[in-house]
Amino acid sequence: MRLERRESVPAWASVAAPLAAVAAALILCALLVAASGAPVLKAFATLFTGGFGSRFAIGETLTRATPLILTGLAAAVAFRAKLWNIGAEGQLYLGALAAVALGSGPLALPAWALLPVVMLGAALAGGLALLGPALLKTRFGVDEVVTTLLLNFIVLLFVSMMLEGPMKDPMAMGWPQSAAMLPEAELPRLVARSRIHAGLLIAVALAGLVWLLKSRTIWGFEMRALGANPRAAAFAGVPVGKVVLRVALLSGGLAGLAGACEVAGRAGYLTLDMSPGYGYSGIVIAMLAQLNPLGVIAAAVMVAGVFVGADAMSRAVGVPNYIADVLVAVSLLCMLTAMLFTRYRLRRG
Amino acid sequence: MDLLDLLLSAGLWATVLRIATPLIFGTLGELLCERAGVLNLGIEGIMTLGALVGWLSVYQGCDLWTGVMLAACAGMAAGLLQGLLTVPLGLSQHVTGIGVTLLCTSLSYYVYRLALPQTTTPPSIAPFAPFGDGALADLPVIGGVLAQQTPLTMVALCAVVAIAWLLYRTPLGLAIRMVGENPAAADAQGISVTAVRMGAVMAGSALMAVGGAFLTLSAFNAFFFNMIGGRGWICIALVVFASWRPGKALFGALLFALFDALQTRLQQGGDSGIPYQVYLMAPYVLSIVALVVMSRRAAYPQALMIPFRKGER
Repeated sequence: MRLERRESVPAWASVAAPLAAVAAALILCALLVAASGAPVLKAFATLFTGGFGSRFAIGETLTRATPLILTGLAAAVAFRAKLWNIGAEGQLYLGALAAVALGSGPLALPAWALLPVVMLGAALAGGLALLGPALLKTRFGVDEVVTTLLLNFIVLLFVSMMLEGPMKDPMAMGWPQSAAMLPEAELPRLVARSRIHAGLLIAVALAGLVWLLKSRTIWGFEMRALGANPRAAAFAGVPVGKVVLRVALLSGGLAGLAGACEVAGRAGYLTLDMSPGYGYSGIVIAMLAQLNPLGVIAAAVMVAGVFVGADAMSRAVGVPNYIADVLVAVSLLCMLTAMLFTRYRLRRG
Repeated sequence: MDLLDLLLSAGLWATVLRIATPLIFGTLGELLCERAGVLNLGIEGIMTLGALVGWLSVYQGCDLWTGVMLAACAGMAAGLLQGLLTVPLGLSQHVTGIGVTLLCTSLSYYVYRLALPQTTTPPSIAPFAPFGDGALADLPVIGGVLAQQTPLTMVALCAVVAIAWLLYRTPLGLAIRMVGENPAAADAQGISVTAVRMGAVMAGSALMAVGGAFLTLSAFNAFFFNMIGGRGWICIALVVFASWRPGKALFGALLFALFDALQTRLQQGGDSGIPYQVYLMAPYVLSIVALVVMSRRAAYPQALMIPFRKGER
């Protein structure tokens, strides 16, 4: 048995692959649900209705999807250029930290200017967080996977230091939590009686912009060329170092915005448990979307629905809600395999 | 306490060796994978899995060594998954590794919750006891340090020698290094690149899992969430620091553990005005610094992260 590269990817395969992957992941996780002794069909039914089955569920899912779209985009743009940014979690927290630092009072800005400044500041903080590892990669050849991973821990400890030190809210009864955002720095709610906020619009708009950038501009072309074949790209005159740094600023910036949207749109202040691993989920979402910026929206909504639904399922039939993380991880691995078989076919001999 | 007194105390070095043990296992495991050309980012998850399986089997009534063996088997199974995805299928080692970590971590938590649905305080087991007084404690100089260790630490030290011997003194070791450096040449010699890489990833993952099991069966007596807490990622940095050599890996792990032990003591030493987070950050910052310093003369296995497909360039 060996793998043989297909000359072209058939159109049906690129549609069927994600569906097959999700189906395979559901079947594998059904075994785990069965192992918990819960009725499998009822469990999956509550998973679905808990995530998408009511007005409230959809609201929660879309609120949860907002940071996931942004971290998914962050991973997608970086991975497309073969910059392995595993540090979106840290960039997200740094963005959130910058957002509360700018948006909780110190700036004397008119109301219309405050929110844009907060968002830009957060994006810049996230971008700079990835610029370091990107520079180490281009200058010294240090593998960015390890540096971005390690930076997640450093950033989280730094945020903890800030929240227990200079940025601690004196009104928080001793909890390590930042001061609240000013009302003018908060993202407005979009729908009454739900937590959906304007961050969703920002995320969707950015997905569109990233898609345009990727497919319609020289910069996007250079990024893709770098990802497809770095040596050929360099030979063709693509300024490799510059493109890597550009990608780093963009990717880190998107992750930083995810953090800003969370504090300015949902939480209102920063705590250390704000993100249940949105940065890492972003990697999964980017892969599920096959690195397509528009696909990221769909993948993020799906993954968010699984997480929201899993809580409902856990309450209803007693399956531990960690099943959501298992389902997402299995989907990722199935998706990777499915994508491979759209590019290769199995031949005997 | 004076720093010199501290450095000369057996208590400090006993702590260092204990902190270093999971790092030694993890670093050796990762080293074995990378020597064969596979970057195994599943390490953090595989260590979590090892910690859970080791603890759970002892909690269910197995004896401690059976727990260690079962943890190794679980690690091997995770290694099989990582190996299948990256070696015959040739998928991106970065992304599959993250996937394996997510899967193993969440699966461990899921199984833990299934086994103990409603407990808030994790139940404990009787872990490996230190050697205590005996032949080891009578050894000059190192006796006091060894007496406080548990058998798994000895296994880790023996594993360093065993892996070094395997890599540099056996035909199998030559084959492993060859598929990591030049798989096409190895293939031409009649070595099955796939088989050697799969074997190395599985054996390496088993070592990582034992490193995780050390935490639940020796260092602590229970399983906690976030128990590995980034040790796996540190191991990946340590492999680069060690320039892919088992002896240097031991040295690196001990150096890190020394640093960790010192920061704990300094932290306890009173209010220095430095936030405790700075101490906790230090190992990660040091890892990055080590990566930068070592990368200048890093001798990466040439085929690291490059999938090998026969007849395809």
